Amino acid sequence: MKIAIVVFPGSNCDRDISWAIENICGKKPNYLWHKEKNFANYDLIILPGGFSYGDYLRCGAIGSHSPIINEIKKRSQKGAKIIGICNGFQILTESKLLPGSLLQNENLKFVCKKVFLKVNNNRTFFSKKYKLNEIINVPVAHMEGRYYCSKKTLKELENNEQIVFKYCSDNGDINSTNNPNGSIMNIAGIINLKGNILGMMPHPERCSEEILGGENGINFFKSVLESIN
Amino acid sequence: MKVKIEVMLKDAILDPQGNTIKKSLIGLGFKNVKSVRQGKLIEIELNSNSSNKEKSNIEKMCEDVLTNSLTEKYKIKFLKNK
Repeated sequence: MKIAIVVFPGSNCDRDISWAIENICGKKPNYLWHKEKNFANYDLIILPGGFSYGDYLRCGAIGSHSPIINEIKKRSQKGAKIIGICNGFQILTESKLLPGSLLQNENLKFVCKKVFLKVNNNRTFFSKKYKLNEIINVPVAHMEGRYYCSKKTLKELENNEQIVFKYCSDNGDINSTNNPNGSIMNIAGIINLKGNILGMMPHPERCSEEILGGENGINFFKSVLESIN
Repeated sequence: MKVKIEVMLKDAILDPQGNTIKKSLIGLGFKNVKSVRQGKLIEIELNSNSSNKEKSNIEKMCEDVLTNSLTEKYKIKFLKNK
């Protein structure tokens, strides 16, 4: 089981993710600088949150042209699992590894709080340790998290059960009041059609230890760690 | 030669910044403001003076990097050296 975390200039959740994974499974992920092109095989490659390239131009746009991304495209075709969290999700949509785009929050605020998510699909590599429709409490921290896609893409996401997490209320209601950023259909996380690439705005690494105020993120990492074992 | 590229969110995309500016302008008494959209302007200086030769390069820059074709539209303007 080999895990890599990509570090871009401006990444700031790389060490948090490493800490969470090491705490959960005892294995330490390797860091990969975004300029890397030749590196060992990894079962799981994680693009962490942060502000790659200062969010200049568009969030994730410049990072999506880093040399490592071409290699990640190739590895994902061979079946490597890829996770993008927050800025990592933005990089995945900008590099077209996931459909759609993440726009400025509808209320123009940097939203930094714990939100409730509903597990919309638990038959994925990344969510199988959760129950279907389980409500979990996970922090978000972003300015550009408003998921947007075309109507055609949305239909495909729904028909193919690619929507993994949705923002909801504490009792699971999915409505605009409990949508922190104006995302279409309250979408918080999606997978690609093949099911090996996941992007999500919330931060499971920030709720994988009691001292951080919650442990709802543990099953996220346990799901994917079990999938690559 | 300089190139100016105007990037705007597509019409169908909600522009919260534009809406906020609109509300502010109306609040300041500019009652005729109907809508505001905010975009960005990118200025590129080229080692070339041929807009014909550079057009396809600039378009490629726009498609690949400078804009997101799902959410943004752009206009290219070449400014020839005098």
